[in-house]
Parts: sequence; structure tokens; C-alpha cells
Amino acid sequence: MARTFSVRRQSGFATVAMLCFFLLYLPIAALVVYAFNAGTSIAIWEGFSLRWFVSAWNNQQVVEASWRSLRIAAIAAVLATACATLAALATTHTAPYRGLTAKYAFINMPLLVPEIVTAVALLVFFSRVKLWTGYSGLGYLILAHSAFCVPFAYLPIRARLESMDASLGRAAADLYATPLQIFRHVTLPLLWPGVFAGLMLAFIISLDDVVITEFVKSSGQDTLPTYMLGQLRRAITPEMNAISTVFLLLSLSLVTVFFCLSRNRKKES
Amino acid sequence: MMAAAYESGAISLEGVMKRFGDFQAVDNVTLDIKLNEFFTLLGPSGCGKTTLLRMIAGFEMPSGGRILLDGKEISDLLPNQRPVNTVFQNYALFPHMSVAGNIGFGLKMLGRPKGEIRAAVAEMLRLVQLEGRGDSAVTQLSGGQQQRVALARALAPRPKVLLLDEPLSALDLKLRKSMQIELKRLQAETGITFVFVTHDQEEALSMSDRIAVMSHGKVRQVGSPADIYHRPADRFVADFIGETNFIEADAVSIAGGVARVRLPSGVEIPATFPAGVTPSGKVTVVIRPEHAQMVAQAGDGALRGIVGDIIYLGTDTHFHVRLDDGSPFIVRRQNATNGPSEFSPGESVGIRISDNVAQIVMNQP
Ligand SMILES: Nc1ncnc2c1ncn2[C@@H]1O[C@H](COP(=O)(O)OP(=O)(O)OP(=O)(O)O)[C@@H](O)[C@H]1O
Ligand SMILES: [Mg+2]
Repeated sequence: MARTFSVRRQSGFATVAMLCFFLLYLPIAALVVYAFNAGTSIAIWEGFSLRWFVSAWNNQQVVEASWRSLRIAAIAAVLATACATLAALATTHTAPYRGLTAKYAFINMPLLVPEIVTAVALLVFFSRVKLWTGYSGLGYLILAHSAFCVPFAYLPIRARLESMDASLGRAAADLYATPLQIFRHVTLPLLWPGVFAGLMLAFIISLDDVVITEFVKSSGQDTLPTYMLGQLRRAITPEMNAISTVFLLLSLSLVTVFFCLSRNRKKES
Repeated sequence: MMAAAYESGAISLEGVMKRFGDFQAVDNVTLDIKLNEFFTLLGPSGCGKTTLLRMIAGFEMPSGGRILLDGKEISDLLPNQRPVNTVFQNYALFPHMSVAGNIGFGLKMLGRPKGEIRAAVAEMLRLVQLEGRGDSAVTQLSGGQQQRVALARALAPRPKVLLLDEPLSALDLKLRKSMQIELKRLQAETGITFVFVTHDQEEALSMSDRIAVMSHGKVRQVGSPADIYHRPADRFVADFIGETNFIEADAVSIAGGVARVRLPSGVEIPATFPAGVTPSGKVTVVIRPEHAQMVAQAGDGALRGIVGDIIYLGTDTHFHVRLDDGSPFIVRRQNATNGPSEFSPGESVGIRISDNVAQIVMNQP
């Protein structure tokens, strides 16, 4: 029997694959390891210590930036998910009509427009608004983050909605449910895993953003990523590693929660 | 018996139309579905049965005509405002609710008190023989059990009319037979008007009080199963319901509501005809395969031919006979005894036709 061509059996494939993984994860592993360095260098190991975690914890600026990041991410994720849910409800289970494709494109545009373009546009726009209103609080950052998080929240919600049986809504209507009752008792409970996934994805994306935040923030509005960027221009200490490690842990646990939730779902059906 | 009486309703369709773009899915349908009736819409795939049912349920707005429930127009009401419930073809059970949650959903939406809902759910579970399964997840039930839950869910709010869109098509043959009996029992016990959609003529004949045969969006004939089977109004109905022999003949005379037709063999037999037509000249006569018998003496029958294929069907045997004028004719004979048939392919036989079984049909487009 002739075996079909498979890239997996080409010689050297495994080696290259291993090398790729190695290059991808080695720097991250090194970063995590040196977060526990007792010395002040990020390259010379001087023994194990938790001092940099303690120092980060006691660094007023780090704590403030972290708190700000979490607040922005939480509010932006909720706003983006609410918008994305409405958008998904309006664009799924409808008969195709003129302009539907255009709507998809509009909703997903932020994924395609270079971030730097959005950032500059928002900078220009918000500086006008600031001039008119005199308001210069966190609202601008929250709005900006909400905007670019919408497509990330939209995708899992839409996928979930797409896989939902359209006749369930009809069955509920047949059983005397008003449109609002249908949404509350049938659509939302079934949509919930998708909404949750969208919420978490939006949260992580917002937490991670540098470019747009850097352009939109006023002075004294550093988020954790922009604070770190600022610090890197000065002395680099393992404190950065420690902060990054905590950050990594947070993202990983969110992803794990999401993974477990979606696996439970699959078992059910 | 039932704790409380069910209310039943009568549906009237007056010139109901449904167009999708240029396509006429339902074409000027006028029907009266009576109180307590088991009424079936029967027709081939795509003839508009589901569309008609969806208009009664309120999922689809008629492009013309009126729909009345107990004499009151309901065409403008939303689905949740009509005292009409549907059993969906794919059941459409709510996967995130238990069996009891599904069955109680309608009453909950109507804002009934919890105690009343619990009692109604318990009664429904008894009615569909699923006692003790109220807490099961619907995803853990077999197809037949899901079907029962769908029925109970639609019956629980005590609708005046129950609409069923091919509810048994996803079940295997044995289960389908037992669910057919179950459905008949439920209908008799509740007295609710059932509007049942199927494309299975056997199912329609065995279950219905009356049947409307549809094709291409039009109703071709409405009548009792025996009417539809023995007195088909036109060629389409005769062809769609059961197996049929069509014979081209000449109408000779009419007397007392019965015509005499001359078969190609020259023999004259009596034939009934649909109301409102006067057969004359060339007509088509329908003779069911079980209304003909084969005789060894070719001269003894009303028709003559040569035996072709012999198909053994267990309870019956079908003899495919080629008549003298070349047209095919099927004779069905019940296998009353074991053993080989006394006829064999190639043999010349006569066909005798039972008395008063021939029916003239119109050749409608
Ligand atoms: N929403 C729609 N848009 C366009 N055409 C439709 C729509 N719904 C139904 N039709 C058409 O109307 C015709 C009748 O459809 P319907 O579903 O009523 O048939 P049916 O008799 O129930 O057939 P089946 O036995 O296959 O379920 C079909 O030709 C179908 O393509
Ligand atoms: Mg159908």
C-alpha cells in the first residue's frame, strides 16, 4: 500500500518543531526563572529569593497601575461583551439580506485595522473632546478599550449562537413566551458559555494592550503594560520579571477556567 | 380520566395564500377543521403542509385569506397569543431544562402559580407514561421519550388545537406504530382538535378522522380515509394514496348516480364518479389491486393479460399483469395459505373485478 504524503513523516520535521517550541517558550521560562533571582541582574543568577515580588508589591506605582489596568479591563470587557451580544443576536439566525456582509465587516474591522492607526485616530479625536468637555478621566481609556474588544467578544458569542437551534425560539413563542421571556428563559441561558468566553477574551485583550493605551492615556494614567514599557527605558531589574510572572499567571488561570467550562459544556451535549 | 375538561377549538381557513417571492407555496386553501377532530394534512414533500401549519401557529403571515379559531379571526395574532400549540418535527426541546421544566414552560410563561404548574406537569407525565422521569435531562432520553415530552409540553397549557408536524418521522418503524396508537389515545382522551401533518399515506389513513390531500399548495380532496381511498376525486389523489390501477375506458351511460364504463376488453362494468362531474367519452377508471382477482380461464375475467413479475410481500403477493392492450395491471392477493402460487410468469390469465369498486377520476393537471 502506498502511503499518502504526510508532512509529519518528513525527516527533520520533529526537530524543527521542537526547535520552534524551544525558541518560543525558552525566553518565557528564563523570564520566570529570573523573577526569583536574589541579585539585581536579569542575566546573572545569584540564588533564589522572593524579594522582587515583595518589592513590586511595595512599589506604589506598580500597585496603582495594576489596579487601574484591572478596573479598565473589567469595565471595558463588560461593555464590549454587552455590545457584542447585541451584535451577535442581530446578525445570526436571520435570512441573508443586503448589507449583512457589510455588517460583519464593520463589526470585525478593528481586528484588521492596524492598531497604530486606531491609536492615532483616537488620540486626535479624544484630544478634541477633552478640549470641549474639559473631562480628562479614565473614561477615554475605557471607551477605547471597549471599542477594540468588541470583535474579540463577538466571535465566541456568535459561534455559540450559530450552533443554537433556531426552532427553540419558535417553540418558546408557541408556548406563550413574549420576546423578552424568550431571551431570558431560552436564548440567554444557552448563550451563556459564549458570553462568558467573550467576556474573558475581552478582559485579557484589554489587560494586555499597549499601543492604543499609550496614545490615549493622559499623564498619570499608566496601565501596567505602559508602566512597564516606561520602566524598561531605565534600569531593568528582576522586578519587571516578577510583575510579568504574575501577569502570566493571571492570564493562564483565566484561560484554564475558560477551557474547563467549555469542556464541561461539550460533555453535556 | 382527565382531572379537568379540555377545551377544543375549530379552525377555519378561508382562501389562505402564502407566496415566497414568485413562488406560491399555499394556494387559496379553504378548509373547515371541526371540533374534536383528528385532521390530517397529507401530501408529497414541498406541497406546502408545513407552511400551512406554520400559518395556523402564527410563525408565518398569510399573504392572503383569513384564519379563524372558533369563528374569530386570529391571522393578526402573534404565536404567543394563540391558544394553539405545536409539536415540532425535531421536538425542539429546551436542552437546558429538565423534563418537568420543559413540560411546565408554557404554564410558567402564562404566569400560572407554581402549585398549578406542578400538578399539571405530574398529570402530563402520567398521560404520556413518563412518571418519575420529571427530573431527567431531556438530552438523556431516547427518541421516543423525547417525542412524548414534546407532546406533553404542547398539551400542558391545554391548547384548543394541537398542531403536529410529522412528529413521528424520526422514529423507527416499531416505535412509530406504537406512537401512532398513543397519539390516537391522547386525542380521544383529551378531545383536543389535532391537526397532523404527514407525507405517509398509511399513517394518515390509519389515524385520521378526515384527511386533506394537498399538492403544489392546493387542497385536492378532503374526506374520511375511506372516502379518500375508495372515492379519490382525481388522478393525483388516487395515485398518491395506495397502489392503483388506471384503466382508460369509455363512459357509456349514467343512471342513478352510477356510470357504466366499457373497458378495453369490451366488458362493461359500473363505476362511481366524484360529485359535480358528469363523465362522458374517454374516462380514467381506478381499480385497487386488492379489488381484482386472477382466474385461470382468460375468458372468465373482465380483463385479460399475461402474468409478468410475481412479488411476494409476506402477507400478500403482487401479480404484475400485462393487459392485452399493453397497459400494466397489478393484482394483490392475500396469502391465505402457504405454498407456491398457482400462477407463473408468462401464463395467460383473466382478471375478475369485484362488484362496485371502480371509480372514475378526473385527469387534473
Ligand atoms: N421561508 C421560505 N422561503 C422561500 N420558500 C419557502 C420558505 N418556506 C417554504 N418554502 C417553499 O415552500 C414550499 C412548501 O414548503 P413546506 O415546508 O410547506 O413543504 P412541506 O409540504 O412541509 O414539505 P415536507 O414534506 O418536505 O416537509 C417548498 O417548495 C419550499 O421550498
Ligand atoms: Mg414539512
